Amino acid sequence: MGLFWWRRKSKEKARERLKLVLAYDRAKLAPGKMEGLKAELLEVLKRYFPADEQGVEVRVEERGEHMVLIAEIPVKP
Amino acid sequence: MKAKTIVVTSGKGGVGKTTTTANVGTALAKLGEKVAVIDVDVGLRNLDVVMGLESRVVFDLVDVLEGRTELKKALVRDKRVEGLYLLPASQTKDKEALDAERFKAIVGELLDEHGFDRVLIDSPAGIERGFQTAAAPAEGALVVVNPEVSSVRDADRIIGMLEAMGVSENYLVINRLRPEMVKRGDMLAVEDVIEILGLKPIGIVPEDDQVLVSTNVGEPLVLRSGSAAGRALLETARRIKGEAVPFPSLEDRKGLWAAIRRIFGGA
Repeated sequence: MGLFWWRRKSKEKARERLKLVLAYDRAKLAPGKMEGLKAELLEVLKRYFPADEQGVEVRVEERGEHMVLIAEIPVKP
Repeated sequence: MKAKTIVVTSGKGGVGKTTTTANVGTALAKLGEKVAVIDVDVGLRNLDVVMGLESRVVFDLVDVLEGRTELKKALVRDKRVEGLYLLPASQTKDKEALDAERFKAIVGELLDEHGFDRVLIDSPAGIERGFQTAAAPAEGALVVVNPEVSSVRDADRIIGMLEAMGVSENYLVINRLRPEMVKRGDMLAVEDVIEILGLKPIGIVPEDDQVLVSTNVGEPLVLRSGSAAGRALLETARRIKGEAVPFPSLEDRKGLWAAIRRIFGGA
């Protein structure tokens, strides 16, 4: 069972990794650029509400035909 | 495929472009078309050896482009199959010698003046100028891809570039598929590759030791009987000719067709 699970994962892992890497390739986004975007985004947001820097996540995702930029910014309690 | 000029391309090297070109070209000729296969990999010529025509090469593509010989004299006729001709790449001259406009003119001459039904262009790997030149005259493409992460990634890049260049009738040739690994869940399945790249397949070719054997002796697989890859490549040629040849179930067929329907809306 454990072995089977691991084996299934190799193909699933390939799919996941490909989808992610292609989302960035297609958006012509270098991973380094995302870090810059994240930092600047946070800077602006902090002027308006108390954002929790630790949990910030910015990523590109494919939604059907479209590429969407998703930013998750937890608000400090 | 409506496209008379088809570029065989891949992005990543070593995925089976030359084997695909040689076999699909040979198979199309076997099916009655007058076919020219052109090796555009200047400096790294190998379509001639894969086809077993290396001893008959006198002139090459660059000789034609630079006007050292007539196009007709540079074409190597394959004596085993009626209507099959090779235009070899140059091994020594540098890649800069290839001019896209002049290459387009050569391909036009093959179709309009020499009566060819189909021109298959074996493109160099990568996305450099060589690829751009190879794809310049094409109306359609066979994008050869292995069910493997790096090959799929590079194929995606190539598909984007083809579309940007106006090469629009594009299909996948999924090569080196290992059904037993797919079944185990250790290889991307056909439907995964189709879904990720958003392109329909026209060929699904299993990994086969006979590919190397045929290269060793310089006889395309489609001229030898009894290999799984040879059969798949012949079927690929029949689909290019417009025949509705179903894909054999190398794996769970329901899954494959479900994926095609899902992505292309029942096409």
